[in-house]
Amino acid sequence: MIVFGIFTFESSRKATQEMDTQSCRDNELQKNQECCCRAEMKKPDVPTNGIKHGLRKGKQEDGQHWIAGYVDTPVGRIPRIETTLQFKDRLGSWKARWSIGRMDYAVDPGLYAVGDPDPKSPVFVSANYKMSFDVLRSHLKGMSAWVLVLDTKGINVWCAAGKGTFGTDEIVNRIQQTGLSEVISHRTIIVPQLGAPGVSAHRVKEQSGYRVIYGPVRASDIPPFVENHFKTTPEMRIVQFGLIDRLVLTPIEIVSWGRRMFWGKHGLVLILMLLLVSGLDRSGFALKKVLILGPEALLMYAAAFLCGTFFTPLLLPWLPGRALSVKGAFLGLLVVLGVGWYRWGAPGGLGVKVNILAWLFLLPTISSFIAVTFVGATTYTSLSGVFKEMKRAVPAYIATTIIGVVLLVFGQFA
Amino acid sequence: MAGLTYLKSVVTLELSADQCTGCRMCTTVCPHDVFVIKEKRARIVNRDACMECGACAQNCPGDAISVRSGLCGCASIFIRGQKHGRMTRYFFRMWGYEV
Repeated sequence: MIVFGIFTFESSRKATQEMDTQSCRDNELQKNQECCCRAEMKKPDVPTNGIKHGLRKGKQEDGQHWIAGYVDTPVGRIPRIETTLQFKDRLGSWKARWSIGRMDYAVDPGLYAVGDPDPKSPVFVSANYKMSFDVLRSHLKGMSAWVLVLDTKGINVWCAAGKGTFGTDEIVNRIQQTGLSEVISHRTIIVPQLGAPGVSAHRVKEQSGYRVIYGPVRASDIPPFVENHFKTTPEMRIVQFGLIDRLVLTPIEIVSWGRRMFWGKHGLVLILMLLLVSGLDRSGFALKKVLILGPEALLMYAAAFLCGTFFTPLLLPWLPGRALSVKGAFLGLLVVLGVGWYRWGAPGGLGVKVNILAWLFLLPTISSFIAVTFVGATTYTSLSGVFKEMKRAVPAYIATTIIGVVLLVFGQFA
Repeated sequence: MAGLTYLKSVVTLELSADQCTGCRMCTTVCPHDVFVIKEKRARIVNRDACMECGACAQNCPGDAISVRSGLCGCASIFIRGQKHGRMTRYFFRMWGYEV
């Protein structure tokens, strides 16, 4: 249970530091703090009115490379953005995937131009997470359009929509602040479909007079969507969770769980404890034993980590069960059974066998627990499902952790 | 999405057909193809595929749809990101104890 205790402690501190008064639709669940989707709410910076553009906070010097000139409009000069991603953009996305500079990877909200837009050109709405912005602009090649970037505090469209920052109010405000109505003659905006959980099309219409058209889920479907007279086909509306979609999410799992389990403060404590336990002996403590059993224990620990952070997301559709906890536990079990099959008869007598039994409880628990936290990154899990799953899984985790730890210690003296 | 469906019969999605205006907005915004329009009324056909994102309820002009939405209601709400002790309280509430 130490593991769980530490997580609670760490998180609670973070949360109190970064509490935000973001309103949420469900009072019971305040969906406003640090989340797997990096949706750690921040206080907004100086309010931007659509005139100042570029990256925020000291990133000005290299943040403008995607602006290629300006377009004159009745509300002033609007930056024209590149539609070809440069190495810098790809590197930035890659770094964000690995949690490097991810919390400050944002562009300024406001109005941008693509190509040579005129008052009749379509308006695409996006979030101010740089990766979202990049994906959108890279699929507007050869088009003339306007891009209205909302202030989502540097969070992607879907997660921001879930928290209401990509929402009706922000759209209405941003339309007013940028003076969009003076720039364009029509009154239609194209909102990504995944923004719909935060946006209420009929309320936007009521409050601003603008009609919301929901565009495709994937930005890559924008060219066919435009060709199809701004209508989505059923395929464009379905969200997928393919191998690549899952694969790109694993780095952030590895980094965030690696911090908790290995190189973070609490991770180091856990590892130290693991090494200490592996040195326990009938005579008390033997350093020699640490050198032999320590690496073995760390390997099992690392295997649990890899099962949960990498292999479960990767093999998701092929693992048995619907619950992610089951999927994660299954993979962990496979590993222990494999190791057990190989090591059961190894010299060392009862101690080895009890040790394997201990990991039979511990390893699946760890990998299952990590796997459960992946629900926040998936595109198909429901909150009610998570409730149900946690309700059953947590007592099991508590039990297996206690049994596992007892066996682990007992095995040292056997 | 073949192969990936979450737990069965847990979803809180409710549709009251009386209030449905047949505007098709739910079919437009749903990322999992949960609704179809039949006889000018929306119907839930793919209930277990619902991920409770709340897009349909937000965009229903007739307020015909209700769902306890929690798009980012990931497990982290249980683990981190809450005020001190909040997680413990969640757990107690889950098993029916009022704290």
